Amino acid sequence: MPVLWILLIVFALAAVGYVLGRQRAVQSVDGDARRLHSLPSCYGTNVALFALIPALTVLVLWLLVQPMIISNSVVSNLPEGAVADDGSLSLVMSDVRRVADGLSLAVSEGEMTQTVATSPGTAFEDVAETLASVGVVLGSSVDTTVLRAAQEYRAMTSTGRVAMAFLVILIAVAGLTFALRMTQGRFRARTMVERVILALLIGAASVAILTTIGIVLSLVFNTVEFFRLYPASEFFFGTTWAPSFSGRGGASDLGVVPLLWGTLYISLIALLVAVPIGLFAAIYLSEYASPSVRGFAKPLLEILAGIPTIVYGLFALLTVGPLLLGVFGNDGVGWMQGGTAVMTAGLVMGIMLIPFVSSLSDDIINAVPQAMRDGSFGLGATKSETIKQVVLPAALPGIVGAILLAASRAIGETMIVVLGAGAAAKLSLNPFEAMTTVTAKIVSQLTGDADFASPEALVAFALGMTLFVITLGLNVIALYVVRKYREQYE
Amino acid sequence: MTDISAGVPPTATTEPKTSLVASDARTRRRNAAEKRFRAYGMVAIGVGLFFLIVLAVSIVRSGLPAFTETVLSVEFTVSEEQFEDAESQILKTAVYEAIFVNALNEQLQAKNLDVAFDAAAIGRLVGKPGATIRTFFRENGDQLGQPVNFDLTAASRVDGYINGRVTRDTLVDSRFLQGSDLDLVDALIEAGIVKERFNWNFLTGTDSGVDNPGGAGIGASVIGSFFMMLVVLVLSLPIGVAASIYLEEFAPKNRFTDLIEVNISNLAAVPSIVFGILGLAVFIQFMHLPQSAPLVGGLVLTLMTLPTIIISTRASLKAVPPSIRDAALGVGASKMQAVFHHVLPLAAPGILTGTIIGLAQALGETAPLLLIGMVGYVAREYPEAFLSGFVEPNSAMPAQIYTWASRADAGFYEKAWGGIIVLLIFLLAMNIIAVLLRRRFERRW
Repeated sequence: MPVLWILLIVFALAAVGYVLGRQRAVQSVDGDARRLHSLPSCYGTNVALFALIPALTVLVLWLLVQPMIISNSVVSNLPEGAVADDGSLSLVMSDVRRVADGLSLAVSEGEMTQTVATSPGTAFEDVAETLASVGVVLGSSVDTTVLRAAQEYRAMTSTGRVAMAFLVILIAVAGLTFALRMTQGRFRARTMVERVILALLIGAASVAILTTIGIVLSLVFNTVEFFRLYPASEFFFGTTWAPSFSGRGGASDLGVVPLLWGTLYISLIALLVAVPIGLFAAIYLSEYASPSVRGFAKPLLEILAGIPTIVYGLFALLTVGPLLLGVFGNDGVGWMQGGTAVMTAGLVMGIMLIPFVSSLSDDIINAVPQAMRDGSFGLGATKSETIKQVVLPAALPGIVGAILLAASRAIGETMIVVLGAGAAAKLSLNPFEAMTTVTAKIVSQLTGDADFASPEALVAFALGMTLFVITLGLNVIALYVVRKYREQYE
Repeated sequence: MTDISAGVPPTATTEPKTSLVASDARTRRRNAAEKRFRAYGMVAIGVGLFFLIVLAVSIVRSGLPAFTETVLSVEFTVSEEQFEDAESQILKTAVYEAIFVNALNEQLQAKNLDVAFDAAAIGRLVGKPGATIRTFFRENGDQLGQPVNFDLTAASRVDGYINGRVTRDTLVDSRFLQGSDLDLVDALIEAGIVKERFNWNFLTGTDSGVDNPGGAGIGASVIGSFFMMLVVLVLSLPIGVAASIYLEEFAPKNRFTDLIEVNISNLAAVPSIVFGILGLAVFIQFMHLPQSAPLVGGLVLTLMTLPTIIISTRASLKAVPPSIRDAALGVGASKMQAVFHHVLPLAAPGILTGTIIGLAQALGETAPLLLIGMVGYVAREYPEAFLSGFVEPNSAMPAQIYTWASRADAGFYEKAWGGIIVLLIFLLAMNIIAVLLRRRFERRW
């Protein structure tokens, strides 16, 4: 039975429970709703919640746990020697799953009978042929062992599914009857319902924590796995980045230094573009501009922030790159060899960050009290002197925070550097050379090859960890600077 | 105070007289500095707006050609005898092609345009016209003997030549197009046979192979994005609103609440690629959900959008004045009832606006989709049914644009820009809806 049907049945039970609970509550006080502790609908909701929540919890848990248990059991039943090492285990398991899916597909399309698909005597060659006819082509690594494992996998999965459907519906019915038996006039249904809802609200709020835990765990586990295969000191201090997907282990140089250099260089150029423009724009908008200019220019600048980064990436690759190449390339000064370069990516990223710097700084400058400006004017300072000597020093912690946040955005930015910065990892000072960044390499190491066991793929998680730690650190410092050095007015 | 009179002797006679009317050098310097400073600000705004205009112009200029296609519109007659004759041959399509070439030749000569060309050149220009013509007459036998107008889609390089993307100088002779073909194209343009028309296939079609930029369409990936947004909406709206209600209305001030707050503000600043790693490790590696599926993309984007939605929802809950809550509590509502019956409906427009803006952000996000396999996949077909749309591999608009941008054939760049126009139109529409909603329902307390 598909999961959707189970869900529909459980929801139908809950709806029935609502009606029954409400009726029963009203009947228990002979139709006089004033003698009930809570509103009649509360009794209905109570029954519905009792039917829904335990059943759905079991359903979700079962769906999560069942594949793990089945995988373990299938693996333990595999004959000795079928699995060479941990890396090929996941490959064998994915083969098993593919064959099992193929068998189900073949049965559902009528190419194969259920008995053939499940019988242990089925010859492997016949199955491979039938599977090929429904579009599942098996690799050379698949043999009879895998077929038997796949049959076992299918059998356990279908048994598990039936058991799950049975159990979930049983729990729903049990919850419903239990709640119905509780329902009578004295029962404090509202208190109960509100407690459950509060628990649900807390659960929703905890999703943020769960996400963080998920991020940290997925990064940490794979990073530890990577450091088992590749020495950490070479990762952190190695100055060459040359992964080779053919030679597994040892053959590749996976030093993070050139990538970090590229990342920092591009971010530096981006900030050199974004900070002066953004800051002066914010000063002009908050101190000089008339309301009409402000109302027109501020939203227009903020459009730049709403444009997806893929657009900037394409802009860098196809517009800015060729433009710079025309000026600095071999036809011009001769510093630049190709359209993708640190300068291209940095410039475009700077454009992207302008509104980020300007809106944050604008808010901070506006928060400086007018009395301080008036005091400065009263002493005879001009407007620019007031801004330079009174407003900016007062807003400085906030502006530094904004710049740090912009830097963290620049370091974590992916699409612009993937498309605009090039792919070669280099340690060079020339801003017109192609370099690459941490984010770009995460993308290139994790797209394409699905084998997560090699150090060349796992290094992406170590890179992700580095990135996560750096951006988190920058954010924490930014918050600290803002809190510590903020002038408290009033 | 005393040392002033002691240290400075009265030297009034040596000091120049200051005037209220004429400004002295120092004032002039200060005023010039003032003007300069002001000019810096104007320049900064100007530069920002300049970048915006350059971006807009380059998107529109490079993207619009993706919405048109070049066709060779030729009208000619195939008689019944010719049809019978062609069907009896072994190479049937070659015969039709010869008929087509003859017709084209006649029309060119009628306009006194003399260009030598052969069937191979036609093949490079419009692919295999013979097959198209044959299929048409086999299906519409009654059209035999009457003049029929055929619109044959030109190859993408011909399209590029007309749009100025390919020029005679840059063209390298290949099996796709040769320099001599351009003479033919020029003649065809002069004869009025080459026409431009709106390319519906770009909007409704699916992605093509790597060597056919002309046939690539964005339709399938729009559907992929739609399913992803559906997942994001269904998950992030309830979770986001529930979390905000808890944090804003019920949460006591304790360690646990602080932890949640810190987490939310940190998640808002985590680079999007890290969410992609999370999706890859948790949803694909650990839970074995299908790769490239809109469901997985939606789940990842939900986690990314949640902080945005929570922050805007909390702001709109905060904007509801406490007197509303007090009044509800005063007439005997429980705290939960006060929130759900009174505060939440009043905050709904703000929540909706925030959600739409969060969705717009999620719609344009690309980096996480790269990691969950939306890029390696060529979206050649539409999903079969509504539910399978969630789990069948598909692409999404930004991922599709990236795929096109990273292909070797320059013909795909035009498609990528066109895709960006489609994406930006969706974003613009969503933002306009959000602004209108805010205008319509905004309430000042």
